[in-house]
Amino acid sequence: MAGQVDLTKPQDGKWVREDSERGLFKVSRDAFTSQAVFERERERIFNKCWLYLGHGSELENPNDFLTRNVAGHELIFNRDRKGVFNAFFNTCPHRGAMVAREECGNALGFKCFYHGWAFNNNGKYATRSPEGVYPKDFGREGDSVDLSRVPRLEQYRDFYFINFDADAISLDEYLAGSKEILDIVSDHSPDGMEIVSGVQNYSIKANWKLLVENSFDGYHAEETHDTYFKYLFDAIGGTPEEAIAKMTGESSCYDYGNGHAAIEGEAPWGRPVGRHIPAWGEKGKEDIAAIVEELEGRVGKPMAKRISNGDRNAVFFPNLVINDIMAITVRALYPVGPDEIHVSSWAFAPKGESPELRKRRLDNFLEFLGPGGFATPDDVEALESAQIGYGNAQFAPWNDISRGMLKEKAANNDEEQMRCFWREWARRMEAE
Amino acid sequence: MMENANLTTGTNAAETVLSREVYEDFLYLEGQLLDEWKLDEWFALFAEGATYDVPTAGAPDDVSSSEKLFYVSDDYFRLGHRVKRLKQKTAHSEWPRSHTSHLISNVRILGSDSSGVQLRSAFVTHRSKRDKIDMFCGHHLHTVKMIDGELKIVSKRSMLDLASLRPQGRVSIIL
Repeated sequence: MAGQVDLTKPQDGKWVREDSERGLFKVSRDAFTSQAVFERERERIFNKCWLYLGHGSELENPNDFLTRNVAGHELIFNRDRKGVFNAFFNTCPHRGAMVAREECGNALGFKCFYHGWAFNNNGKYATRSPEGVYPKDFGREGDSVDLSRVPRLEQYRDFYFINFDADAISLDEYLAGSKEILDIVSDHSPDGMEIVSGVQNYSIKANWKLLVENSFDGYHAEETHDTYFKYLFDAIGGTPEEAIAKMTGESSCYDYGNGHAAIEGEAPWGRPVGRHIPAWGEKGKEDIAAIVEELEGRVGKPMAKRISNGDRNAVFFPNLVINDIMAITVRALYPVGPDEIHVSSWAFAPKGESPELRKRRLDNFLEFLGPGGFATPDDVEALESAQIGYGNAQFAPWNDISRGMLKEKAANNDEEQMRCFWREWARRMEAE
Repeated sequence: MMENANLTTGTNAAETVLSREVYEDFLYLEGQLLDEWKLDEWFALFAEGATYDVPTAGAPDDVSSSEKLFYVSDDYFRLGHRVKRLKQKTAHSEWPRSHTSHLISNVRILGSDSSGVQLRSAFVTHRSKRDKIDMFCGHHLHTVKMIDGELKIVSKRSMLDLASLRPQGRVSIIL
């Protein structure tokens, strides 16, 4: 869309306005508040895109299972007796009750507590009933008495995604260039990576797209997270100026296609995978040197530098965030209404990490991330404040996402990554 | 009980146990200081080297912060910064300050050893900001010790007896 951007009449069905000549990018605030938009997103985005379900490390053994709500659907993610990964809708084919109500476990099958219908952990109907109450061949194809399977379940590097659309393109094709991020975080350790036990399940009274933007927004850090940086420089020693002078990393934005994007740069905090801070002491320095040496041998020097010293925030369209910063967080977010998000955040770490290094990593996570960190609560405040501000949308109807649009190469504190998200959002939402 | 509490070994004498009233008063004072946002005075209740934890909702009492993701796992240095942070206008989540009410009940003395006296209390903390009231309920596990004639907190662990942080969304106040 070249030429003058029309900001005079926000009209239904065209929420995103882009003027590439002047470098202006605007999004209608209606996209954050409207019930109709929320319902359209369910239909056109959440029922069509690949959505993160879980990581293979959460189901270590055959018969392991966990229950999870993905985009409003209660699901069972499990491995059957043969070790095969499955995703089922968590609802009894008989009358609908959930057949698994615990968070996780290990079970050969599932039994509904309501009438006792039972299922093997491959989803097959396995109820014993007295003769004569059901047809002799009850349970044959088409009887609809097996657990319903989520139409698609595919994985890349042990990150499992589902799709409610049986005709969707493959996960591999869908992820496009963003697979690079899954490769990078999976290659942090020679022993594989795992989700750390313990999930931060919390909610935010704001539209989910505000959290998408915030999750890879380099522009807000200095202003919103003032108290975090004061803490950080007191903890690691030195001044912000000294820290900035030491930084050699490039500041970049990656457009991975299909709405996936990431920012990458170098920040002052310590990285458990390769950037030492004085607070970790001499022993910490040796630990980090050994980690970097192993990385260089395994993935080569240039990639080892990116892994050890590059901080990256990535959004996989529409709702998976992987931030590889002072620790790695895997964060899935689900809209439960136009102004409410359910967030689940996990920590991602090397398998077999020593207790000392694991503690250092989780401490690093908590200094910034999560509901009790020194940064996330202030993000939540900003998002909720924006949502309240959108109550004025009739008179102040547009968000601005233009930063860095005229630059040849966007930096990690520009907004090109958000424009990547919004272009894909508009492509799906604005099509006839 | 606590990670740093050495319950059975150690040759030092167990901390003398005082009457429950003394500990109740102490916990009520702690709650009042937090409600009045007297955070320096609150921090002064902690012994040097003390820790403050808030494990994820529903975690067991003996959960370890080197194995499981928490919300808060502060050593003394970071706890000091938590206080510093909450006093600044740029701690946006708590500016303007929320109103809080810390209710403490069911105070029990669990035992005593050289690390101090272990207390368990039930809590309900309300946080009100704008038109929203968040409720946090759970139980505190305190280890307290008499140091130079003053009762001090050696460790505090606030266990949230909740299934998740929905709808609260954050623990930006001190529980």
